[in-house]
Amino acid sequence: MKFLFRCLVALSIGLSGSAAFAALNVFACMPEWSALAAEIGGDKVSVYAATTAMQDPHRIEARPSLIARARSADLVVCTGAELEIGWLPVVLDNAGNGKIRPGQPGYFEASSFVVLTGVPERLDRAMGDVHPGGNPHVHTDPRNVGLIAAALAQRMAQIDPANAAHYRQRHEAFAQRWSNAISKWERDAAPLKGVMLVQHHTYYDYLWNWLGLQAVGALEPKPGVEPTVSHMTQLVTQQQTRPAKMVVHGSYNDPRASNWFAERAKVPVVMLPATVGGTPEAKDLFSFFDDIVRRLLPAAK
Amino acid sequence: MAFKHNALASAIALALGAALPAGAADGDIEAIRKEIKQIKDSYESRIQSLEQRLKEAEAKTERAAAQVPAAQPGQAARGGSTSSSAFNPDISVILQGAFNKREGGERHISGFFEAGEHAHSERGFTLDHSEVVMSANVDPYFRGFLNLAVADEELEVEEAWFQTLGLGRGFTVKGGRFLSGIGYQNEQHPHAWDFADNNLMYSVLFGEHLIHDGLQAKWLAPTPIFLEFGAEAARGQFFPGSDDGGDKNGAGAWAAFAHIGGDVGVSNSWRTGLSYLRARPKARHAHVDDINDVEGHTDFTGTSKAWIADFVWKWAPNGNARARNFKFQAEYFRRKESGSLLCEDNSAEGGACTGIEDAFSSKQSGWYAQGVFQFMPRWRVGLRFDQLNSGNVDFGANSAFIEGSDYKPSKTSLMLDFSPSEFSRFRFQVARDKSMEGDTDNQFSLQYIHSLGAHGAHRF
Repeated sequence: MKFLFRCLVALSIGLSGSAAFAALNVFACMPEWSALAAEIGGDKVSVYAATTAMQDPHRIEARPSLIARARSADLVVCTGAELEIGWLPVVLDNAGNGKIRPGQPGYFEASSFVVLTGVPERLDRAMGDVHPGGNPHVHTDPRNVGLIAAALAQRMAQIDPANAAHYRQRHEAFAQRWSNAISKWERDAAPLKGVMLVQHHTYYDYLWNWLGLQAVGALEPKPGVEPTVSHMTQLVTQQQTRPAKMVVHGSYNDPRASNWFAERAKVPVVMLPATVGGTPEAKDLFSFFDDIVRRLLPAAK
Repeated sequence: MAFKHNALASAIALALGAALPAGAADGDIEAIRKEIKQIKDSYESRIQSLEQRLKEAEAKTERAAAQVPAAQPGQAARGGSTSSSAFNPDISVILQGAFNKREGGERHISGFFEAGEHAHSERGFTLDHSEVVMSANVDPYFRGFLNLAVADEELEVEEAWFQTLGLGRGFTVKGGRFLSGIGYQNEQHPHAWDFADNNLMYSVLFGEHLIHDGLQAKWLAPTPIFLEFGAEAARGQFFPGSDDGGDKNGAGAWAAFAHIGGDVGVSNSWRTGLSYLRARPKARHAHVDDINDVEGHTDFTGTSKAWIADFVWKWAPNGNARARNFKFQAEYFRRKESGSLLCEDNSAEGGACTGIEDAFSSKQSGWYAQGVFQFMPRWRVGLRFDQLNSGNVDFGANSAFIEGSDYKPSKTSLMLDFSPSEFSRFRFQVARDKSMEGDTDNQFSLQYIHSLGAHGAHRF
């Protein structure tokens, strides 16, 4: 027993020692944060994305592979606002890595650097799967991404002081390109202002708020509750008074509900990338928003 | 603002200039001028960066104000909560009950000692297993967890433990009462089971699951593949241990396990493992039917060793389990017990036992395999098959009074469940139970599982 224990300790010291020379290990809960960490970290970070744009971010499982990756992470970058509450606690509790616990510099919660909207006035699960802190899908507004980028660059510099200048420089360059890109998207998306739409889940609320679109309904009767025919029928009736020009769903949503609605309301279905990787075009954060604007414009005509 | 700072910098420069000794050489003055210029430049750049940050902060505040005002109360509530209730642990409640249809009377699994009192829940309407769970960080170093199980007419401490948060290097230590990390299903509470009742394997091994009062140390290897080792030392008062076995200055039970797991592509993930348990029961009580068909009472003292191999495979298209997913799970065990068995004298009731204590040994095994398929959102079907092998049981001199059995208990269960949301579930299950020799029972259950309060995270 004692011998076995000693062997394990020796092995662990040996392995973690060799890992110290490698780049900063980033464990990103969501693809948007892995893309952002790569933008800022460049070749000084090694980024692992725990999920993909095809997975419902509310229904991720604490897979063994995630626990294994969290074990060697120097920095965990997650959304927060309880988006990862169904799996991240299990991963952190079993990873045996004190550096990435909440409260430590190695734990970064993107949503705490922006203002959340959609904070429920009353906390009651009868309202569906509500998030007490507000809507967690903050990355659908690029201005939020800009704020989070600044905070993330600072955090990386704090954890890896040897490369602080590198992170600062890369962030400055990113911030410049990002603010130019935002201006361009805003110009391109000007015709979308005031356009009404129906969405599957309240996933893109920050996007609508940024570009001035108006979501007049969601296919899910309550957040997280599967769309029902009776609820969708109401939405179809509502078309007479508040006509939506399109029905929008994310890359991870089952398209059947949107198709059902589109057929009856006679509006186009628009599938948007939920995050980076959600469509073949959305390869990084820039092309993610390029693709969103490109897909929304024709449907708004 | 900018002017003020520039003025300040000039003032410093002037003050420094005034302080110069009158007879300083020109070269010195030049050097000092340079230095002052450097100071001024550095000030200006710092001031500029401060102004930039101020602008950003102002923009952020403006945007915050411009965005939906509903955001404000939430922010205020979060930031301004200073009352002690903010430190209350996360509390969740699991409501679980059922209507069970099965044969009445004493049912036991033929050829095996009964393991504790949790063999099966009541028939008819029953509040079979509701739970109250509380958890929170104790301080920066520990996390605490309490799980109280409310079964019919009793309250049990199912778990009550602390766990280290920041040992690092992959180590985690847990102490208190906890569900042992052996096998796969052992760490799952009944509300996380995929069927309305326990499988036969866990029923004969532990009753419900193996609970330890003791210490657990786990180490996770720093590899991209999941590789975990764990060791546990415990009082060992629960089956296969016994109360008397735990009553000592030492551990009545030891366990060790290793788990390995990973992904295959984005759609598949798996975990498999091997576990070992060794318990030292003393006077472990059980009921048997002796050769006169009269109930006898036995006490076993000795060693119980068990190996468990577990395997679980999960599939979901693109790793998105929301609409469709499939889970396969199987476990196998071998258990060896050796020591002495006393069959208490029951001749007064017409029994055969005469109170002899003699050598006893058994080698038994069993397995179960189950598949659960979510074929559309909210709906799942599952099929489970259980098989036990009562194997070789040697009663020694007591074999004159107790008849061994080579019966192979089995059970087939089919379930359908419907989950209106992530927090509620209803289940219908039919089963053909051949666990009792010569008494096949067709059973069905209607079950509800609701979870209230804090959103619990589920293990793989």
